[in-house]
Amino acid sequence: MSIDIDTARKVAKLARIRVEEAALPDLARDLSGILTFMEQLNEVDVTGVEPMVSVTPMRLRRREDVVTDGNIQAQVLKNAPEAREGFFAVPKVVE
Amino acid sequence: MSMTSESNSWTIEKARDALRKGEISAVDLTMACLTAIDAGDALGAFVHKTPEIALDQARAADARLKAGDAPSLCGIPLGIKDLFCTKGVNSQAASGILEGFKPEYESTVTTKLFADGAVMLGKLNMDEFAMGSSNESSVYGPAVNPWKIDDRKLTPGGSSGGSASAVAADLCLAATGTDTGGSIRQPAAFTGIVGIKPTYGRVSRWGVIAFASSLDQAGPMTKSVRDAAIFLQSMSGYDPKDSTSSEIAVPDFEAALTGDIRGKVIGIPKEYRLDGIPAEIDALWEQGIAMLRDAGAEVREITLPHAKYALPAYYVIAPAEASSNLARYDGVRYGHRAKLGPGDGITEMYEKTRAEGFGSEVQRRIMIGTYVLSAGFYDAYYNRARRVRALIKQDFEKVFEAGVDAILTPATPSSAFGLGEMASADPVEMYLNDVFTVTVNLAGLPGISVPVGLDAKGLPLGLQLIGRPWDEAGLLNHAYVLERAAGFVAKPQKWW
Repeated sequence: MSIDIDTARKVAKLARIRVEEAALPDLARDLSGILTFMEQLNEVDVTGVEPMVSVTPMRLRRREDVVTDGNIQAQVLKNAPEAREGFFAVPKVVE
Repeated sequence: MSMTSESNSWTIEKARDALRKGEISAVDLTMACLTAIDAGDALGAFVHKTPEIALDQARAADARLKAGDAPSLCGIPLGIKDLFCTKGVNSQAASGILEGFKPEYESTVTTKLFADGAVMLGKLNMDEFAMGSSNESSVYGPAVNPWKIDDRKLTPGGSSGGSASAVAADLCLAATGTDTGGSIRQPAAFTGIVGIKPTYGRVSRWGVIAFASSLDQAGPMTKSVRDAAIFLQSMSGYDPKDSTSSEIAVPDFEAALTGDIRGKVIGIPKEYRLDGIPAEIDALWEQGIAMLRDAGAEVREITLPHAKYALPAYYVIAPAEASSNLARYDGVRYGHRAKLGPGDGITEMYEKTRAEGFGSEVQRRIMIGTYVLSAGFYDAYYNRARRVRALIKQDFEKVFEAGVDAILTPATPSSAFGLGEMASADPVEMYLNDVFTVTVNLAGLPGISVPVGLDAKGLPLGLQLIGRPWDEAGLLNHAYVLERAAGFVAKPQKWW
C-alpha cells in the first residue's frame, strides 16, 4: 500500500496539520515507507484472536459521580494563549 | 578538597546513608549538583533549571533529617524529565507547542517523590513528546552523551536522553524517565547506567504528558540497581487519578536484593539472535548468560515466535494512540497559538498552530496514526496490530507458565551513535533501535537495562532483563546479580 499525494493531503487535513503543497511528495514517501514496514503484520495468522484492549485484564474503576473539584477558573485559564472575560477566546466559529 | 566536594557523583544509597549520619547536608549535596549542572551546559541535559526550588526543598529535607523523619529519598537531588508536569515550572515535553506551559498541578510521580523529601534540580531534555531514540527531535536541541571517543558528539539515546546524560555525567544522583518503546532502557544502555520500566500500571501516569497511553510507564534512571529499587519504591503505587494504575501491593524492592538467584530459570529467546547485530553484542549477551549461570541460575532457550512483529505492531499502535492524545494541542487552552492572518477561522488556527508547534517526527507520527485509524483502514492496520499484540503477550505468558523467572536479552542493537548520523536515514531505520525493548511495552512487562561492559570503541553496552508482570522485586534481584558479576565501574572522561 503506498500513499499518494492526494492521500497525504487528506491525512494532513484530518490531522489538522498544515502541510504546504511542495512538502506533500516527501510526506507521501515517508508515510508509504512506514506503511510498507507495517505490512509485515499481514504475515501473521490472527484468526480468532481478539484485539488487545489492555495489557492487564482489568475493569476500569468508576469513581462516585460527585463533584470533586471546581471554582478554579483562574487556574484553568492561566495557560491560555487568549482568554477573555473568564473564557477561552478563539476566532469566530459561527457566521 | 573536602570529602563531600564530589557528592554529586554519589549513588542514592551512599547519599542516603551520609545524610542520615549527618556527614553531609541536603543543601551541600544539592549545591554540589547545581554546580555540576552549571558546568555541564554543553551536555544539553537540563533544559529548565530550578535552583530556588531545589534549595528550598533541600532546606526542608535537612529539617526532616534533623527530626529523624527521613524516607530514603529525603534530601536526594534528582532531575525530572520534561514530560512530567511540575507545578509552576515549565513542562513542555520538549515541544514548541507547549512553549511557556507551566502546569497548575503536580504529577502524581513528582508529588510522591516530593512527599518523600526528594529535591528537584530541574527539568531534563528528551525527544519531543518522547518520540525518538536519539534526543534529536527536541525543540531545545539534542542532549549529548557524556561518553566520547573522538571528535564526534554522541547521542545519549532517547527519548529520556537528558535523564541519561545527566545521571551518567553526575549532574544529579538519579532522574526520572519514561518508557513507551524503550525510552528508559535504550538511553540507560547508551550511557552506562541502570534504567527500569516497571509493569504497566505500577506507576501512575497522571500528570505525565501522554504519548501512547496503553504503553507509557515512568521509571527511574540511576547509577546502580539498588538505587533503582529505592527510587522505584517511592514512585510506585495505586493512584485513584489514573484508572489504569494498579491496587496490587508494592513490595519492598530494596529488601528483595538478596543476590541469590540459585535455581531461578533464565530464558534466552532465540528470536533475538538477529542477523546484522554486531558480534560484540552477541559476545556480551554470552557473557551475561555465563554470569547468571555461574550465580546458580538455570539457563534455557525459549521461543517468542511473534517477537519479529513487535516493531511493526508498535509503530501502528503507538502513533494511533498519539494521534488521539495529541489532538488536545489546538492552541486554545495552553501553549503555542499561531499568528492568524485576516480571514483565518478556527480551522486555520488549528492547522497553523499544529504545523508550527510540532516538529517533523511528531507530525509524521500523528499523521500515520490518523491514517491507521481512518475509515477503511482501522481494521486492516489498527485492529490487526492489536491482534498481533495479543499474540506477542501470549508468547510471554507461555514462557512464564513454563517456569521461566526472567528473560535475558541485549538492550540495544549497537552502542551510542553520533548525533546527526541518522539524519538522512529512513524513519524506519531509527525505529530499529527499539527492536529488543518494544516487546516489553506491548506485553506490559517490567524490563531493566544493566550496564555490563564496553565495546571495542570504549562505549558502554547494556543487557536487558525482562520479568514476570508485577515481579519488579525478582527482576531487580536478577539485575543486582548481573550488576555485581559484571562489575561495570567505567565512567566517561570529563570533556564538558
